[in-house]
Amino acid sequence: MRAAGLVTASFLMVLGGVVVFDAVRLGIGWSTDGPKSGFFPFWLAVLLIAACAVIGVQAVSRADARPFVGRAQLGPVLKVLWPAVALVVITQWIGLYVSAALYTAVYMRWIGRHSWLAVLAVAVLFPLATFFIFEKWFLVPMPKGPLEAWLGQ
Amino acid sequence: MGLHSALALVLVLVAAAPAGAAWEPTKPIEFVVPAGTGGGADQMARLISGIAEKHKLSPRPLIVVNKSGGAGAEGFLDVKGKKGDAHTLIITLSNLFTTPLHTGIPFNWRDLTPISRMALDQFILWVNAETPYKTAKEYIAAVKAKPTSFKMGGTGSAQEDQILTIQLEQALGLKFIYVPFKGGGEVCVNLVGNHVDSTVNNPIECASHWKAGRVRPLAVFDTARIPVAEWKDIPTVKEALGVDVHYQMLRGLFGPPGMPKDAVDWYVDLLKKVYDTPDFQKYLTEGALKPAFVSGADYVKWVEENEQLHMELMAKGGLLKK
Amino acid sequence: MGIENLFLGFQIAITPYNLFVAVIGIALGTIIGVLPGLGGANGVAILLPLTFTMPPTSAIILLTSLYWGALFGGAITSILFNIPGEPWSVATTFDGYPLARQGQGGQALTAAFTSSFVGALFSIVLITFFAPLLAEIALKFGPPEFFAIQLLTFSSFVGLGGGNPLKSLVSILLGFILSAVGLDIVTGQLRMTFGFVDLMKGFDFIVAVIGLFGIGEILISVEEGLSFRGVRTGMNLRVVLDTWRILPRYARTFVRGAFIGFWMGFKPGGATPASFMSYAFAKRFSRNPERFGRGELEGVVAPETAAHAAGVAAMLPMITLGIPGSPTAAVMLGGLIIWGLQPGPLLFKEKPEFVWGLIASMYTGNIIGVLMVLAFVPLFAAILRIPFAILTPVIVVVCAIGSYAVHNNMIDIWYMVIFGVVGYVFKKLDYPLAPLVLALVLGDLAENALRQSLIMSQGSLAIFIARPISGVITAVAILFFALPVLTPWWRRLRGVPAVRRATREI
Repeated sequence: MRAAGLVTASFLMVLGGVVVFDAVRLGIGWSTDGPKSGFFPFWLAVLLIAACAVIGVQAVSRADARPFVGRAQLGPVLKVLWPAVALVVITQWIGLYVSAALYTAVYMRWIGRHSWLAVLAVAVLFPLATFFIFEKWFLVPMPKGPLEAWLGQ
Repeated sequence: MGLHSALALVLVLVAAAPAGAAWEPTKPIEFVVPAGTGGGADQMARLISGIAEKHKLSPRPLIVVNKSGGAGAEGFLDVKGKKGDAHTLIITLSNLFTTPLHTGIPFNWRDLTPISRMALDQFILWVNAETPYKTAKEYIAAVKAKPTSFKMGGTGSAQEDQILTIQLEQALGLKFIYVPFKGGGEVCVNLVGNHVDSTVNNPIECASHWKAGRVRPLAVFDTARIPVAEWKDIPTVKEALGVDVHYQMLRGLFGPPGMPKDAVDWYVDLLKKVYDTPDFQKYLTEGALKPAFVSGADYVKWVEENEQLHMELMAKGGLLKK
Repeated sequence: MGIENLFLGFQIAITPYNLFVAVIGIALGTIIGVLPGLGGANGVAILLPLTFTMPPTSAIILLTSLYWGALFGGAITSILFNIPGEPWSVATTFDGYPLARQGQGGQALTAAFTSSFVGALFSIVLITFFAPLLAEIALKFGPPEFFAIQLLTFSSFVGLGGGNPLKSLVSILLGFILSAVGLDIVTGQLRMTFGFVDLMKGFDFIVAVIGLFGIGEILISVEEGLSFRGVRTGMNLRVVLDTWRILPRYARTFVRGAFIGFWMGFKPGGATPASFMSYAFAKRFSRNPERFGRGELEGVVAPETAAHAAGVAAMLPMITLGIPGSPTAAVMLGGLIIWGLQPGPLLFKEKPEFVWGLIASMYTGNIIGVLMVLAFVPLFAAILRIPFAILTPVIVVVCAIGSYAVHNNMIDIWYMVIFGVVGYVFKKLDYPLAPLVLALVLGDLAENALRQSLIMSQGSLAIFIARPISGVITAVAILFFALPVLTPWWRRLRGVPAVRRATREI
């Protein structure tokens, strides 16, 4: 817990530093028209750095030996996170609908151990339903890949 | 819905089959609006899309997509990246010039394929109807008497409204306090509520408040009066103030870089048909927009001249990226 | 003005065709409201081209009904999955989701829908009888008044959070900083984009919320091994009647929420801050504030009443002044012009059948709407019975679609994943998420209003006090800021032991 608290606080301080850097470029002063573009970001970031520094000190001084995530808990979390990241990555290449089908199928079979019939049914019907709702009814285009191009969508 | 669409799909595929026929869209056309929902550009894009649908002018729908981030930079850069794509269109306003000039984003209109100009939007100098200023001359005299105390409201910063304000200031030797707002409708309401003293709103943004007797138009920023019944009594800036300050905003369409020639021809034809419908003409009249359809070399020439104009105006106003 | 006109309106609104149009609109709107990322504005914009062939009154009924549907629908995913379908449903998650986790999803949904309806009705009645007068009041609101309102929204939350105040501060600061990324409309400069095109559009509030609340919550719940299980609600409509029996207890919250919603909504201020403010006030005035955030029904009633009251009130400036009170109204306004109507103050005189048809349809639309969504409460609640391994991928995909739909940009799906991880880490380290979200949604508006005001006054802060309306609101806001300091002092003065009212973070 201590390490995680420290890492988070440090990360936010670095972020604050980046903001300060850009705010200075924009001008942090107060012109005749009121504050310049960088005025608010600058002071917000300075406050952020200060608050995080205190939180960091608190994290160090309070000996909280609990781990941030236990090994037993990390497993299920990663089992949700990695497939989600994979979904986003492959969406860029093969489009959202095919990725959604693959993702649903893999997840249902791997985590849920559902029967192949159920897997197939959901993995086909769900993307198909979303396709019609978004592309046909609401005319909201989603990322599409080679399959949709081949079908002339 | 499903079966219907599937059938329609088959029909379209069959219809599109004959080789050698003129180009036609084979999938939905993404129609990018580099501005938010509800503004002038968005309205026109949705009108074009609706008219194409209503009169069955396009075999595939035009799907309007707003990409307004960074004063339109998001939309322009997105279309710039779709080289050779024949199924994307973008409607532009003056931010075609002002956004790259002011923010320095890597974009120029030459990155796109010009298709056609649909209309030009007018600008009018408005004041609140409760003020005593009946003519532009009276108002300007008042501004001159008390410099830096009259507030001019406008859309955004370093965009058309501010450019026009600076032009007016430089031509007449005045100084306004320019207050930027998010959209044209908001600007006019702030005029009605007396939070600003004057605006340079497009006609359509203030028209209803004018009819209700809340605001007063003083002058049109054009070389000639607006030739529509209710607007034709408003003098031009030249008539009212003796200086020639004029400015119009482009409502035109572009395609991605390297759009195939066949596709460009098809879109020009489509847009001409849309332009000629009574619906579109009625929209132009009611919004007091200047009908101005051109395409091809004439369009390119116009855009080139206007780019030059914007560079000069923005340089004079100190609005170019430093 | 009033009754006979309204009667004329009803003759138009209750023709079978217009009722049919309303039903279609509400059904589509509810779907749009459920899908995060697809807001009322998108829905209305998408259907707009289809309305060109309809009579204008039917067209506006279709679009407004869709908007009512979206207002009702926004609560559904907030309560069931902690994913706000619409920005104004964020506050509904605070208590709605814990209720669902305790197996009272049906009750929470009933409360949400009923509150929405009550809020709507309140606003519609005011619009019916006082529209022109209220429009004049709306005109008095310039940038200084808007800033004062934003200040008031923030101040209402002060002292309500528990836990480490420094961590609440960090959350707020982070929200403000994220809201500043992108184009600064006051100067036209790009802030904190470092040349990246993807940063130019800034961080969209809804993407952040989908990630922080939706994805973050999935991660938290799998870690706790809860996996959405154990939630069982009766499959019949008994739950609706049972909840109705409890709701009259919250009469004051209804009135307060409706009032806050209406007065925040009838000028471009919005349903989202109204819902937050109403929640904060409900907690502040509650006899047991410690129950808020843990599944208190009143915590669902307050934001939903205000959100729907504000959503309806947003129509007022559109009808009377021709200015949009919300992004959705902005698109409808475009529709008016395309249908050949001139929006603005003269609409009442020139097209009474249109205006009064629309107002009457607000009554019919919301009545149909509340009956439709209530009828489906058991079905919505039953969604939670779907096995976890099916529900999780479906939710993740729907969240991804929602994030993409906001700007049609892949990067937003990445932001969603990143915000999901941030939400998970923050929750584990006890950084409250609500202040971050509040700052993200209001930061941009507040800063613009502040700087516009300062341009108007040439840099003098006196403008906020010198103007009567903003002066009063600012004073109330300052009072609220000072309240956490003053209350214990006041109590001690009266000899009452100071009670620590602050509880779990909201």
